[in-house]
Amino acid sequence: METDLRLIIKDYISLETLATYFPVLVKIVLAVVFPVVIMTSIVVMVWMERRGAAFIQDRPGPNRSNIMGFTFWGLLHPFNDAIKFLTKEAFTPSKARLFFYYAAPIIVLIPALLTFAVIPVAAPTEILGIKIPFQVATLDAGLLYILAISSLGVYGVVIAGWASGNKFSLLGAVRSASQMLSYEVVLGISLVSLFMIYSDVEPSRIVEKQGELAFGLVPAWGILLSPLAFLLFIAASYAETNRNPFDLPEGDSEIVAGYHLEYGGMKFSMFMMAEYISMVTMSAIVVTMFFGGYQIPFLPTASLSRLAGPVFAPLLQICAFTFKMAFFIWLYIWVRWTLPRFRYDQVMKLCYLNMFPLAIFNIFITALILLLIAK
Amino acid sequence: MDDKKNKLNILEDTYFPEIARGLKTTIRHFLYNLTHQEQMPTISYPEEKRKIPECYRGKHRLTVREDETPKCVACFLCATACPADCIKIEAGEYAGGGNEKYPVKYEIDLLRCVFCGLCVEACPCDAIRMDTGEYDLADYTRDKLILKKEDLMMKDLPDRSKENIKGSRK
Repeated sequence: METDLRLIIKDYISLETLATYFPVLVKIVLAVVFPVVIMTSIVVMVWMERRGAAFIQDRPGPNRSNIMGFTFWGLLHPFNDAIKFLTKEAFTPSKARLFFYYAAPIIVLIPALLTFAVIPVAAPTEILGIKIPFQVATLDAGLLYILAISSLGVYGVVIAGWASGNKFSLLGAVRSASQMLSYEVVLGISLVSLFMIYSDVEPSRIVEKQGELAFGLVPAWGILLSPLAFLLFIAASYAETNRNPFDLPEGDSEIVAGYHLEYGGMKFSMFMMAEYISMVTMSAIVVTMFFGGYQIPFLPTASLSRLAGPVFAPLLQICAFTFKMAFFIWLYIWVRWTLPRFRYDQVMKLCYLNMFPLAIFNIFITALILLLIAK
Repeated sequence: MDDKKNKLNILEDTYFPEIARGLKTTIRHFLYNLTHQEQMPTISYPEEKRKIPECYRGKHRLTVREDETPKCVACFLCATACPADCIKIEAGEYAGGGNEKYPVKYEIDLLRCVFCGLCVEACPCDAIRMDTGEYDLADYTRDKLILKKEDLMMKDLPDRSKENIKGSRK
């Protein structure tokens, strides 16, 4: 029976056709695995946020939820949240514009997930003659794609605020829209100096170049070559993801809750998930652009795959990437419980009067240095 | 003068070194609490309880004589002193004679009680005390929080030796 089946398969699908379709299959698998891993990591991030916040504030934090007495250090609380969100009454405000009201959380969530597509989590490898890229899409536009897609999220925010039929929602939406649009400028311009240094916008090629040594001494990481760009980018990324100290879209005392005021249950949790996913994506971009992506310092891909083989080299690189990313996600939480928030006019002043000129200045300085080196 | 003192120097004006200082403080707390979880200043309430002072005014009790009768003589002084009007007494006389009264009914409405302790002060016979140290008084129905004489009469204080008492923060 078994041999018959194999014969039939051999008859219908030749190995050659399989080989031609395999790259597509690999891409499909990656396109499924990436979002699933990111969505699952939200559970861990919520847990990190709660327990981390608690430990910073000298308290144990949520630790009661358990299965047969096993609490798993409070890891079960996000699951309880999910159960609660799913079983809650699906309330719709009477003045809401229904189609847009229901579409808004999806419009926020999808761009947040899409941006991760161009991030490489390990160097491409070849196992049994099959090339595995570890990057869902290798776009030449690369980071321009990230900047373009991530700015789509603001549409969802504005639609949510408008479609809720609530003045406070609208005010919150307008506030977050102006904040996100302003900081997108800084976000994009601060990356320009890196585009100039690596003369590329495609993430996997940029990461490859970061595996080399700069001046024969230090890894050619973005933070070492353009530290000012790093500071500007990370500050702007906090504003982009609406995290403290820039969490202006939410303001209990001023605008009740912000653009998601009229959303409850799973619809609200989709906004939450979008926030956490954009944290993951922003951390991934910071790691990719400034901290050598999947590169292990002083161990370029070529020598690593010689040492560890084609299977373990990418695994090690995925570990390195995850470790770096986890640090930046933790930094988000860490900063949130350290800094007080800005006032709204301070946020705008900081963007247009300080960060924007600095970003432009950084481009000129980088250009000057590159020109001097070239001469 | 004050303005000069509060003026930021250039390094502080850039904001980033000060952020680093703030981050240092928070991570110090985080790491200390992570490694010394048993020293956390919080009290995991239902399992652990704070040590309460002896003079703490908790749930009331009616003290009892050797022969299991209440010390209360139904003089109504506590009910008169009560500012919340939460004590209801119905007096009666012992069948075997004597001129002493006793409470047939003695009810304290904990939902009205303000735990001021005036009833204890007013009592001439040391018949009512608030020394049980019970403060977690919550229930599902109102009836259960209107305490009857039988609920209140208590010869000894409740045994607390098995409770997990955690001291206040050092």
